Amino acid sequence: MTAAKYLKIGFGIVVIAALIIVPMNFNRYGLFILSQWAVMTIAAMGLNLTLGYAGQVSLAQGAFVGIGAYTAAIMTSNGLPLIGALGVAIVLCFAIGWILGYPALRVQHHYLAFVTLAFSTLAFLVFRNEDWLTKGIYGISNIPRPELFGYPTRRPLPFYYVCLGSLGIVSLAVWWLIRSPWGRAFIALRENPVRALSLGIDTRRYTLMAFAIGSALGGVAGTLYAPLTQYVDPVPFHLSLSLDLLMMVIVGGSGFFFGPFLGAMIAVLLPEWLRFTQGYYLMLYAIAVILLLIYSPTGILGILDRFISERRTKAASAQRAVAKAKLEVTP
Amino acid sequence: MSNLLDLLIAGLATGAIYAIVAVGFTLLWQTSQTINFAQGEFVMLPAFLMLAVMHAGAPFWLAILIGIALSLLLLGLGFKMLLVDPMLRHGVLPLAIATMALAIGIKEAAKQFWSAEASPFPSIIPGGDITIFGRVVALQSIGVLVLAILAVLGLTTLLNRTSIGHQMQAAAQNPTVARIIGVPVERMILLTFLINAFLVALASLLITPIYLAKFSNGEVLGQAAFIAAIVGGFNQVRGAIAGGLLIGVVDNLSAAYVSTQYRAAVPLVLLIAIILFRPQGMLGRPEERTV
Repeated sequence: MTAAKYLKIGFGIVVIAALIIVPMNFNRYGLFILSQWAVMTIAAMGLNLTLGYAGQVSLAQGAFVGIGAYTAAIMTSNGLPLIGALGVAIVLCFAIGWILGYPALRVQHHYLAFVTLAFSTLAFLVFRNEDWLTKGIYGISNIPRPELFGYPTRRPLPFYYVCLGSLGIVSLAVWWLIRSPWGRAFIALRENPVRALSLGIDTRRYTLMAFAIGSALGGVAGTLYAPLTQYVDPVPFHLSLSLDLLMMVIVGGSGFFFGPFLGAMIAVLLPEWLRFTQGYYLMLYAIAVILLLIYSPTGILGILDRFISERRTKAASAQRAVAKAKLEVTP
Repeated sequence: MSNLLDLLIAGLATGAIYAIVAVGFTLLWQTSQTINFAQGEFVMLPAFLMLAVMHAGAPFWLAILIGIALSLLLLGLGFKMLLVDPMLRHGVLPLAIATMALAIGIKEAAKQFWSAEASPFPSIIPGGDITIFGRVVALQSIGVLVLAILAVLGLTTLLNRTSIGHQMQAAAQNPTVARIIGVPVERMILLTFLINAFLVALASLLITPIYLAKFSNGEVLGQAAFIAAIVGGFNQVRGAIAGGLLIGVVDNLSAAYVSTQYRAAVPLVLLIAIILFRPQGMLGRPEERTV
């Protein structure tokens, strides 16, 4: 192992320790924001899998978060355990994602953006209009928080740990997934679908799979969202949530494992720090995203990546120059 | 039955506006592979520009002229130079995502610099009703329909009958060959952006008196225009026109006969069905570039 690798692992441990210890004396609102970051990161990770790794644009991730949130809200209000709701949400979002992915197989990739955009609006209409199921615009309130191994998580701090723990589990699962043959197939799909097909990758199945798994992670985020806010109504799951999640993935760096963490942090925390800009915040954010995209379409981590590889080539060419000089001296 | 006729006329009037917006949308796609997700916001903005000019004390006709000029400058030239040109080398997808960010930016700007409330907007068509074949019809609907048809006719004449139109089509269909035979491709692309800016300004002028000037207008209009473009055929101007009229009529009829709650869902279902079963659209040609 190299020193750089030790440094990376050490940095990771410090960050995880900080995420566990520092929030202990945070107030209720600070914990809420951090929990929200964890939940949004999970949803953005799902979208990153679809967009960043498999190269399919989805404008429906917000709708999947909504489906997850309503599943959790309806089931737990009726006395069922949250873990059961989680299972149902994952299966439901996976199945809907799979079906929704079919149009992507038939047409150019940007058509999927339109199909998912339409789906997003349809889902919003269902949340708003099906009063018997979702209580319409009044929403579902008093959603209970779960009990974990006999410990209640009603207070903000324990529930923050639930969100953080879920983020940890999802991160490990995604880490494993993108290093498995599946993950490699997803990347092949993004880079060159024709070549992937000629190498014997079943592109149809993997496109659907990438989309369905990404959607299922949206559902996971939703099942945490409902007990976090303890109130679910249609407004947060409007098309704008899908756009926000897309921006998070893009800003952080699509196709980078840590992109969603960074993107979600910027999208969730920055509005809190930029309170002084009042209503201009979203406008400035949009302009910043456009400038970032012009400079680096792979987001902030893309800039970092470019910087590191440039330094490596510089170092390598410096070494080459030294070696060449030595070779010229010796004979 | 008489009710149906009224709905049809009102539907055709809004449909004609959708058609104008959808035509601009397809023109941008054809000449520079730009999927403009901010097209709806492009329609919302000119009305606010005109309102701002009127607020400064100018009469309505002058406000319209300045508003159109500003749209050409901002939404035509500015959009191309500042966003599309630098983004195009990154590919279709990053550019499309950048236009989504632009949509958020324009929407928030209108909300901040003007108002979050809806503002009334004067109509260029006098109010009142006229009687055609013994039926009372709102002058507004007829006026919108006539103006939109004139705009579309003007555009198709420009594209099919003039030298500039032929050059534009050549630039869209095969830029390399067009360049060889001496077509100023860059200038033609710029011209399409200016035409799009003019079309959205016109659509804004026609639709805002009906919907009122509100920062969130773009969402509905943009979606209607995308759906119209795809349903009609992404690579055909006449497809976009047919799609726009169809969506306008379907929208109005479903509001009356399906349910007001699910009114917005009917065009969306139509969109998904078209993409699944006839992805090139009703009048479009299948595109070869599928990967």
